[in-house]
Amino acid sequence: MKIAVCVSHVPDTAAKINIGSDGKNIDANGVTFVVNPYDEFAIEEALKTKEKLGGETVAISLGGDANKETLRKALAMGIDNAVLLKDESYRDSLSVARALAEEIKAQGAELVFCGKQSVDHDNSIVGQLTAELLGYNCISVAVSFSFDGSKINCEREIEGGKEIVETTLPAVITTQKGLNEPRYASLKGIMSAKKKEIIEKLPVAANNYIEVRSMKKPMGKQAGKILGSDATVVPELIRLLREEAKVI
Amino acid sequence: MSNKILVYIEQRNGQVKKSSLEAAKVGSNMALKLAGSVEALAIGNSIEGLEDLGKYGVSKVTHLKNKELANYSSSAYSSLIAKFINENIFNIAVFSASALGKDLAPYVSVKIDAGLAMDCVALNFENEEIIATRPVYAGKALVDLKINSAKKVYALRPNVFNPGTLTDAKAEINVIEIDPPNLNVKVTDLKKSEGKLDVAEADIIVSGGRGMKGPEHFHLVEELASTLGGAVGASRAVVDAGWRPHSEQVGQTGKTVSPNLYVALGISGAIQHLAGMRSSKYIVAVNKDKDAPIFQIADYGIVGDIFEIVPSMIEEIKKIK
Repeated sequence: MKIAVCVSHVPDTAAKINIGSDGKNIDANGVTFVVNPYDEFAIEEALKTKEKLGGETVAISLGGDANKETLRKALAMGIDNAVLLKDESYRDSLSVARALAEEIKAQGAELVFCGKQSVDHDNSIVGQLTAELLGYNCISVAVSFSFDGSKINCEREIEGGKEIVETTLPAVITTQKGLNEPRYASLKGIMSAKKKEIIEKLPVAANNYIEVRSMKKPMGKQAGKILGSDATVVPELIRLLREEAKVI
Repeated sequence: MSNKILVYIEQRNGQVKKSSLEAAKVGSNMALKLAGSVEALAIGNSIEGLEDLGKYGVSKVTHLKNKELANYSSSAYSSLIAKFINENIFNIAVFSASALGKDLAPYVSVKIDAGLAMDCVALNFENEEIIATRPVYAGKALVDLKINSAKKVYALRPNVFNPGTLTDAKAEINVIEIDPPNLNVKVTDLKKSEGKLDVAEADIIVSGGRGMKGPEHFHLVEELASTLGGAVGASRAVVDAGWRPHSEQVGQTGKTVSPNLYVALGISGAIQHLAGMRSSKYIVAVNKDKDAPIFQIADYGIVGDIFEIVPSMIEEIKKIK
């Protein structure tokens, strides 16, 4: 069985975000980029599934040369092969999904893992869109995954609980924190990842349905009042919450 | 072409979700602004309260009914919604960006060949066009966007669109019994977190961080939350340390929330935490470090000892409740 993992290369969550000069993107100067945190769970689950059931794993990423760093990390963790769909132009989620779906089809992968969302544009839809384009089943926001070779069972996080969801291959699973503990790359893994070839391809062209008109910073929240330094100010706090803020 | 808007109404255990009522009101406003019409669609077995959609400005509701559809099935629901949209020539669909809506809206958007704006926090109308605003980088920035495809799907962040004044109108409900649909992906069971309110849905959130000094002290956070009728949240540090479950994490790799009141206890305010809660309407911070970044966005702050202040807060609130 072939297992694909879709990975994206995103600003670290500790990064300060400033708006770039085009007013539509971030200013990437001085920003550290990392493997999308949710994709690490996807990589781990692909590796665990291969260890259990055998098969071959491939990581796919869409973007520029910088994404190779993220693909190398996937290889270092133990993914067998890596494909870079090279395109640095703006693509909306659907257009990204079209490129991924095309490559997943070319790879013949029946099981696909991807992070539940990229922590850049936070759409949380690429996995579902990709599944739908491929005609695959999909379970999003999985916090558990079990697969016996025929039936897939996942727990999916919802408001105030979990849904138990059942499906079969071919399938796309989008991964949420809590699913597993991603392994660290071993030194051997890191060394062998350096030697591996990252296959570069041009992704299929696709129209963007979403046009970003502008990007802006949220309105700055003003620092409010420091009421004091001990419990004597608590009655005043409660009064403010009741009478000024009217929230309790 | 006049605009035909469909609002998808979500039910769980046969009850209409609050976030779907918000979506209904947005759909009816959209119909006014764009000189169009609005209807709603619900899927499930028996569903209570659909006639109340009239109060939110939606007068016509279709309920696709089958006992196999009581629980969510993404494959069945998405096929039914897409079919309904295509047969009735809707050009705009509105969902709530709830756990279900985030899963469902993308499948529907592909099936009807529409662009999808996920997790919108504002919709503005410019020359008969909709400009949607959505947070990116967990709210560190916002983008304004336009959907250029003929059909458009908007999913709205829960708890942001206040329905405002309601009317007394009742919606007309058309129940259609349908054949058992495609159940390739099926929810077989639900596990509820024991009577707990989820941070994503709560009007009031009380969160604890490292300053709580250990999982054994979180009963204070829980007690304050329950006194206020709110949910318990947590910082990434305490989730990573295993003190609290991930479902409670607020921030860039947890949940982005915008409650009416957010109380941060012993949370210094790492950038990725602030990103996830800065759009809260009122923020209260209690922290012993006066330089903690959380105070820069807090409306009311107390620089002091949590273990002294929180019990006093609980006591004072009990007096007024």
